[in-house]
Amino acid sequence: MSQRKRSKGSGFSQGEEGDDDCTPSQMRVLSQGSRNLERHSREQVDQKVSELVQFLLVKDQKKIPIKRSDILKKVIGEYKDVYSEIVNRAGRTLQQVFGLQLVEIDTKHHIYILISTLPRAEGENLRQDDQTAKLGLLSVILSFIFMKGNSAKDGAVWEFLRRLRVHPGERHEVFGDVKKLVMEEFVRQKYLEISPIPLTDPVEFKFQWGPRAAKETSKREMLRFVAKIQGKDPAFWTSQFKEAEGSPGPL
Amino acid sequence: MAAQMTDGHRRFLQVLMSHGIMEGSEARKLHRHCCEIHKVYYAHDKLDDFINTINVHLQPLFMQIRKGTSEDDGRVHYALVNLAETEITKMASDYTENELELFRKTMDLIILSENGFASSTEVLNFADQLKSKKMKKKEAEQVLKLFVEDKWLSERNGEYTLHTRCIMEMEQYILSNYQGVARKCNICHSLAIQSQVCETCGIGMHLPCVGKYFKAQTEPHCPHCNDFWPHEIPEVSRTDSQLSSKRGRGKQLHSQH
Repeated sequence: MSQRKRSKGSGFSQGEEGDDDCTPSQMRVLSQGSRNLERHSREQVDQKVSELVQFLLVKDQKKIPIKRSDILKKVIGEYKDVYSEIVNRAGRTLQQVFGLQLVEIDTKHHIYILISTLPRAEGENLRQDDQTAKLGLLSVILSFIFMKGNSAKDGAVWEFLRRLRVHPGERHEVFGDVKKLVMEEFVRQKYLEISPIPLTDPVEFKFQWGPRAAKETSKREMLRFVAKIQGKDPAFWTSQFKEAEGSPGPL
Repeated sequence: MAAQMTDGHRRFLQVLMSHGIMEGSEARKLHRHCCEIHKVYYAHDKLDDFINTINVHLQPLFMQIRKGTSEDDGRVHYALVNLAETEITKMASDYTENELELFRKTMDLIILSENGFASSTEVLNFADQLKSKKMKKKEAEQVLKLFVEDKWLSERNGEYTLHTRCIMEMEQYILSNYQGVARKCNICHSLAIQSQVCETCGIGMHLPCVGKYFKAQTEPHCPHCNDFWPHEIPEVSRTDSQLSSKRGRGKQLHSQH
């Protein structure tokens, strides 16, 4: 009879190694967890893991950051006592099957997004639609912010975009209400952080990278993007280059 | 023992998921692309095996990459669907309660209709009768647009029908919830939303199935009651090997099922 009381999902095809070596304190934690697990049947917990995976996938397809409170309310429900187990298994499944990682971008309010852990590929044929255009616009804004020293005033951003024939006041052929897209949608999706600058009247705003931008791309990539457009070497911008080389994030 | 998931499989899954549904030739291209990038063994005719590997790993999640046929052109499509189905699960996380109610109402109208279409006027008339929370017509129009974007509905000339992806995802749900009303194709026995119906005996057939079945018949007769088949027979195009990668024009259909 195995010493491990940790119950595994039936038919779960995950390579869960590392379970074989448990320290005594881990055993105590595991057996507490497994007592909770026993209150719910294996099938029920499996079901919850699967529901959580689907919930996370659906939310993330729409780039909506996922709040822990939503997870608890809409998926976990009365399985709160095995919350960690369910979330951990869902995370492992997302990684193993989808190549997606569950990342907490706000540790205070417990907000999550999914990031692809697959290496970048050229000519990726992800759905080419309005989304692609929006991401293009976003890249331009993010790179502008980075080149300006990681923070830019709204006036400067809109002036820059005006040169690309994107005006906050006018309805854009592709982006529609651009002001709403930039100041609401991109902010809600955590790509941008826009905060009012104190003591300005009329109020001016500061544009910075949001936590999703920081996870999904990197300063290095942004610099490369700018360099490509301008036909120069990234090292041309010495201070940004130094900063980009020293920064974390995907290559 | 199923093959291992590789990054090639994962990439395929991620891309398919972002599209919602993919046409057969697109899927084959993606298969090759994913195998090339991740240096995974590739055989051009082994897409189904490749997908099976993914499906083995999706099974504990009650999900599956399923193959289905478009009612419009008979082309094979691949979509990631939910298997655990007591209600519109996938949509439930995406839309508000009254949006879901509007969708269910639209689905009712489509399934109960003669031709598998509901006019936008019909749907919008229900907007202010929603039990959960009334909607103005303008808002309902936006929601319908969203359903089309998300590939739950498709729109043609101001009329709405279920998108292939929706049919693939919800076939079981529809067949059980609309028992007796929802029609099955007499040829392929799958759910038929758009169909041609025999006016004598009432059996229905998918348009692509009609095209295939009555191909080159000068006097088409109902396969069930033998009465003259009164409807226009859709044209069926030549087999795969002769087709270019472009979609067929107008009424040309794939003769594959």
